[in-house]
Amino acid sequence: MVCVVILAAAAGAVAVFLILRIWVVLRSRDVTPRESLSILVVAGSGGHTTEILRLLGSLSNAYSPRHYVIADTDEMSANKINCFELDRADRDPSNMYTKYYIHRIPRSREVQQSWPSTVFTTLHSMWLSFPLIHRVKPDLVLCNGPGTCVPICVSAFLLGILGIKKVIIVYVESICRVETLSMSGKILFHLSDYFIVQWPALKEKYPKSVYLGRIV
Amino acid sequence: MKCVFVTVGTTSFDDLIARVSAPDSLQKIESLGYNRLILQIGRGTVVPEPFSTESFTLDVYRYKDSLKEDIQKADLVISHAGAGSCLETLEKGKPLVVVINEKLMNNHQLELAKQLHKEGHLFYCTCSTLPGLLQSMDLSTLKCYPPGQPEKFSAFLDKVVGLQK
Repeated sequence: MVCVVILAAAAGAVAVFLILRIWVVLRSRDVTPRESLSILVVAGSGGHTTEILRLLGSLSNAYSPRHYVIADTDEMSANKINCFELDRADRDPSNMYTKYYIHRIPRSREVQQSWPSTVFTTLHSMWLSFPLIHRVKPDLVLCNGPGTCVPICVSAFLLGILGIKKVIIVYVESICRVETLSMSGKILFHLSDYFIVQWPALKEKYPKSVYLGRIV
Repeated sequence: MKCVFVTVGTTSFDDLIARVSAPDSLQKIESLGYNRLILQIGRGTVVPEPFSTESFTLDVYRYKDSLKEDIQKADLVISHAGAGSCLETLEKGKPLVVVINEKLMNNHQLELAKQLHKEGHLFYCTCSTLPGLLQSMDLSTLKCYPPGQPEKFSAFLDKVVGLQK
């Protein structure tokens, strides 16, 4: 009987601790001045990669080293990333050679995959994403909506809750999303530090989002 | 030589490729004054046989590292509604017809096509309404597309992460 009470109290304490941690991590928007920050970029397939590379193209070399995460079946994105980085190095040789890394994880969901089976494949991706995030410990995670980004962002968020590192999560909803959010967007809206939309209709529906106009 | 470029990006869009390479479509495209059709078929399983006659050429391929050249030499681009394909075409100032893939989950691509159509930058249709649109559309009514501004993103991000001096 006493054991049950103790267990219940312990579970309650853990729950309260977790809730407090979640609240702290979600609220913290400290702006610490810095010279550089490591960035982890989730490159989904096709247009997602094109869009995210356009965004990255506008960022200075202070955002390095750059870690890219792609789905293991996505060679096209790997090529695009290599071209992007080579092009960047070519255009600015005065800068110290910036290292970049490409990491591969299993896809959370194939196009047209059913939603119930997506739960299982996403959990599987989580199992592999968390060790990756834990190893890299980026300062910032940047993504724009492919299913691949959900386990990554959740892992980054977990790093914060567990007190290991606060990772800034920046989500830019794809330009394709004019009136409605993607499934990833709906899931990550509450987890991300900055949720950027590209059309005014979405800003109206989600006033807490950031609207900068069309940025790709 | 007037050229039509059909692109499906990295996707598979068999319905579009089948529709546009059907004999009646090819006839229509030729009657509209085009004499070359290039099909970029991506992951699709429908692979039309390329051919070349005196008056008309059909080219077919899956992928290229960059579609810039093919978009550049096209007089009309017919594309799936993927953001990359649409933006690349519009940024090159080419007339664009977007074909919606009705088989996609939630059909999220439709939103972008509708919005850009509302702003006068492109025409859109489905596979079945494509022939009708090709016949009736007036490409001169399309408006120039102002490119996006990623510098606004970098300015914002630099500020919130503490990089801005």
